[in-house]
Parts: sequence; C-alpha cells; structure tokens
Amino acid sequence: MAPVVHIADIHKIYESGEVPVHAVRGVSLDIHKGEFVALMGASGSGKSTLMNLLGCLDRPTRGTYLLDGIDIDKLDRNELADLRNQKLGFVFQGFNLLARTTALENVELPMLYGRHRRHSSAEVRDRAMHCLDIVGLSDRSDHFPNQLSGGQQQRVAIARGLVNQPHVLLADEPTGNLDSRTSIEVMGVFQKLNEQGITIVMVTHELDIARFCKRNLILRDGVVVRDEPTHDRSIAEEALGLLHQAEAAAKLTHAPAA
Amino acid sequence: MRFTSVIRVALRALRRNTMRSMLTALGIIIGVGAVITMVSIGNGAKAQVEAQVASLGQNIISVFPGSFSSGGMRGGYGSAPTLTPEDADAIMAEVEDVDAVSPEVRDRNQVLANGLNWNTNVNGEGPDYAMIRNWRLVSGAMFTDQDVKSLSKVCVIGKTVVDQLFPNEDPIGQSLRIRNLPFRIIGVLDVKGFSLFGSDQDDVVIIPYTSHMRRVSRRTSISMIQIQASGPEKLDKVKQDIEDLLTQRRKGREPDFTVRTQEEIAAAATQTSKTMTLLLGAIAGVSLVVGGIGIMNIMLVSVTERTREIGIRLAIGAHGRDVLTQFLIEAILLSSFGGIIGVTLGIGASELVSYYNGWPVLVSTSSVVIAVAFSAAVGVFFGFYPARKAAQLDPIDALRYE
Repeated sequence: MAPVVHIADIHKIYESGEVPVHAVRGVSLDIHKGEFVALMGASGSGKSTLMNLLGCLDRPTRGTYLLDGIDIDKLDRNELADLRNQKLGFVFQGFNLLARTTALENVELPMLYGRHRRHSSAEVRDRAMHCLDIVGLSDRSDHFPNQLSGGQQQRVAIARGLVNQPHVLLADEPTGNLDSRTSIEVMGVFQKLNEQGITIVMVTHELDIARFCKRNLILRDGVVVRDEPTHDRSIAEEALGLLHQAEAAAKLTHAPAA
Repeated sequence: MRFTSVIRVALRALRRNTMRSMLTALGIIIGVGAVITMVSIGNGAKAQVEAQVASLGQNIISVFPGSFSSGGMRGGYGSAPTLTPEDADAIMAEVEDVDAVSPEVRDRNQVLANGLNWNTNVNGEGPDYAMIRNWRLVSGAMFTDQDVKSLSKVCVIGKTVVDQLFPNEDPIGQSLRIRNLPFRIIGVLDVKGFSLFGSDQDDVVIIPYTSHMRRVSRRTSISMIQIQASGPEKLDKVKQDIEDLLTQRRKGREPDFTVRTQEEIAAAATQTSKTMTLLLGAIAGVSLVVGGIGIMNIMLVSVTERTREIGIRLAIGAHGRDVLTQFLIEAILLSSFGGIIGVTLGIGASELVSYYNGWPVLVSTSSVVIAVAFSAAVGVFFGFYPARKAAQLDPIDALRYE
C-alpha cells in the first residue's frame, strides 16, 4: 500500500535573515496508514520546520512531498488550504481554540471551509458532536474554552482535528502545556484514535511521551539520526493506573499526619 | 464559509468588544446623522425659497427702470425715473403672448383708520395685479379698469394691515386715509407670508396706480412693470420682445431699463440655498470620512489582536478570500449599523431643529439612501485594507504570533 506521507530528500532553507538557515537538510521519510510517529529532537533540530512542511503550511525549498499521492509542489495557496482542510488535522501546543466560541463551534470550524461548506448546519452539528463524543467531551459542548481545563481544551482541539476525517493527524507538542497526568490522558486519546486506524504524527521533546507512540524519529541538525520502533511502549491506561496507585500511596503517607 | 455563519461570526466578533464597536460606530453615526440633518436643513431652506418664488406668481417678467447717473455718481437699478405707464400700455398692446400687465408704484406712507395709524407699503397697481401674483382675496374684490381710469379712491389691503387697523371688525366698506385722502376698502388679500427678501408681503395697501401717481405720490414715473407671459416656454421670447420694444421706444437713447424673468430671480435666490446645502453636506461628509478612518483603525487593531485566530482559520483550510470576507463583513456591519442609527438620529435631529428653531426641514429619501449606501461603502473602502492584510497573513507566522 502506498504511504500516506512520502518525503524524498526534502530541504528547507530560510533566506529571510542575514545568513541563510538550512533548517532541514535532506530528510526522506515514508509514513503509512495506521502509524503513530513521534518526531523528536532538541530545539533547533528542525523538527518544527519538518512539521510545518508535513502540515503543508510551508513549502520545501527542495525535494518532493507526496501527501496521499498528491504532489504539494504543484498546488497554489488555496489548493494547499483545501488539502489541509481535507487530508490533515492539526493539534497545537497552545490548543489554539477560538476564544468566546463554544467547544462545539470550535469543532465545527473546519467544516465551515473547503468542500464541507455545503453541509447543512444540522449535519455539521452532528459530526462535531460525534467527534466531541470520541474525545469524551460531549457533555461540555456548550462550554467556552476558558471554562475548560487544559486537558479538556486539548481534547476539544483533537476533536476539531478529527472532524474532517483526516488522513493524518498532526500534533505539535500536544502535551507541552499540560501536566503529566493530563498529558497521559491526552496520549490515551491519541492511542485510542490510533487503534481505530488514524495515522498520527506528533512532535515532542519528552522521551516518556514519545514512548506512547509506535515509531520514534530523532532529528538533529536537520537530518534524521534515528528511526526505529518504540521499545518498551507505554500504554496510557496502564500508566494512568500506576499514577493512581502512586497518588493513593502519597495520600496514605499523608493520612496519619492529617 | 456559508453566508449565515459569516454574519454570525462577524456579529460575535463585534459583540466581543461591545464598547469598542459602539465607539467605532459612533463615528459613522455622527457622520451619517450630520449629513442627513444638514442636507435636510438645506433642502428645507431651498423648498422655502422655491415656495416663495412660486408665490411671486407664474411666468412673471419684471421690468425695472435703469440706473441714473448724475455728476459721476451712479445710482442702482430702479433709481432712474424712466419707466412710464405708457411703456406698460405699449407692452400690453404690442408684445405677443402677454396675458396681463401691471404697472407698479411703490411708496411707504402713514395710514390712518379707525382711530389707529400704521406705517405701511402703499402700492399702486393695475387691476390684474392680484391675478399676476396669483394672490387671492379672502373677501371683497380687486379694483377694476374703470377704477384705474377714474383715479378711484379705493384700496385692497393685506392681512397685516387688517390686524393693525381693524383688529376686531370687518374692514370691507370702511375707509382708511392716506395723506389725508379717504380710500374705501373693497377687498382683503389672502395671507402671503414673507417674501424672498424677508419683507412682510401682507403689510400692504394696494390702490390703483393712477390714483397713486396723481393723488398720493404725485410721481410721473413708475417703479416697475409686472408682466405675465402666457406660458413658461414663452418667457424668453416675451422678454426679448419687451427689450426690443422698449429700446425702440427710447429712440436710440441708451437702454435705461432692465428686464428680468422670474426664473432668473428664482435662480439667484435658490443658488444661495443650494450652495448652503452643498457646503453643509460637504462638512458633514468630512465627518463621515473621519468615521470611516475610525473603522479602519479599529479593524487594523482587530486584525492584529486576532492574528492567532486568523492563523488557526488559515491552517485548517480557510482561503484568503474567506478571511477577507470575514473582516470585510465585520467592517460593513459596523458601518451599516452606524448608518442605520445615524439615519434615525439624523431624522430626529432634523425634526428637533425644525421644532425649536422653526426652520423648515425636509428629510429627503435620497439623502437617507445615499447616506446609508455611503456608510456601507465607507465600510467596504476602509475595511478592505485591514481585511486584505489579514487575508495575506502567513499561517505559520500568524499561529506563532503572541
């Protein structure tokens, strides 16, 4: 089966500064349907640039990128927007939900653009509700982002990423703004989605978060230095269970003092 | 994006900063309100002038005596005693398409009646004067040709004179004294109001011009000749014929008269109010433009504030056009909203002005339509630049914007 993402010798050079910055120096990569990839690297390693390229937010300076068999290089700005709308879902570090807009309306947002704009509002509503249900937030659909916790906001963002049934869900440091417990919960949502066959690529710099994925890619100075399946993969449910026990134990030790 | 959701998103964005939106709209509200009020006042003034011009009568041509000069000093129009009743007779007899002619002699005199006295205009006119001026009588009748020929001591008086001299009685049949001569009152004129030049037209006693010249003022020349042409399209030709006739009657001497048509007088009179309307409208228009700049300013702030939102929308598939439409609709909503309130306010202010100052005010539909359309256009014009700026943002930069 053809890979969902096919990258061949991709380069990205930023010319805006005084010195050209060679952020990505020849990355080749195939990602198949159903994969769950963690993209790791230190700051400045080019992982964010690669993520922007994968997300069709930016064009490579050199090299080819086929997303679902479509050559990015041949598309104009609007066609790229349509491609992002139809084939990609985005989850950001800072959640990036629209303020003073309910969770449900935030999830509906991608359906307002692209070829979905012809859907009836009832249809749009049903699909958004379904996606909120998947991330377990259907009871919070009329809450505003400032009424939701960080983890809940990120789950709304994931629901928004899912609503157009994307080929790849791209997550840029999705747990960067979350505490460890909520991070694990969010990774649990990703694992569940991945089990249902959704391809996920996420950027992270936390090793223990990367262990929830199936494949680890390490970038350094704009090239892939390691690409291997995750050893000793973490399962979110188990990790949560362990956390529960630890917390219970902590409470036990505190109990007599109180 | 579908249109309804575009509107909904725009309304939500405006509601998010209610105070700011209202202050921004205030610029347009004041602008539109000012345009409508000013144009209404100007139109009211114009309508009043036009009504006064119409009250002069229809298809009127006036002949004034020329200026006289003596020893290098030159008088104005009407200062030379060169117009005679014979000129008037000649015009009536020889010029085609003339319906009526009335020589006119003007004077001010102390008038006594009923133990009261009053200084008023005593005008000598022809019997057709009331018809020419389209001036009806509320009671009695105008004097006749016979009265003119026989230098009758009869008069027709205006409402103001009635009020001053006969406050509580019917003046018909009574007499008033001008220079100690008794004149019998045979008619009372309908109210005509103020003239173009601000004088009270009802403050008048009209007597046969012959009586005026022989008995009252003892003048040999007349102040002017009023002529009614048979139709508006004849005015120019009749005017020309009168000029030719009078020139011919002067037998080669310098023309010492001026012929004016009512249209020329009206044009001069309405010119002022037209200029005023234009001036007021232009000043108000400036405030509308200033309001528009306010909208542009706020939209630019809004675009900057919502850079991340724009980034999100672009990242998940909005075209530049979608973002452009969104911000443009927002600006148009803001300015149209201001426009509609401004119209209400403008009409209200116009009514207030007319109520407290007694000025006639005419809210014209066209000024309302133009003001609203213009305010929406201001929204498009001043909203376009910020909206385009938003649409051209790079999604990566926009998402990263703090």
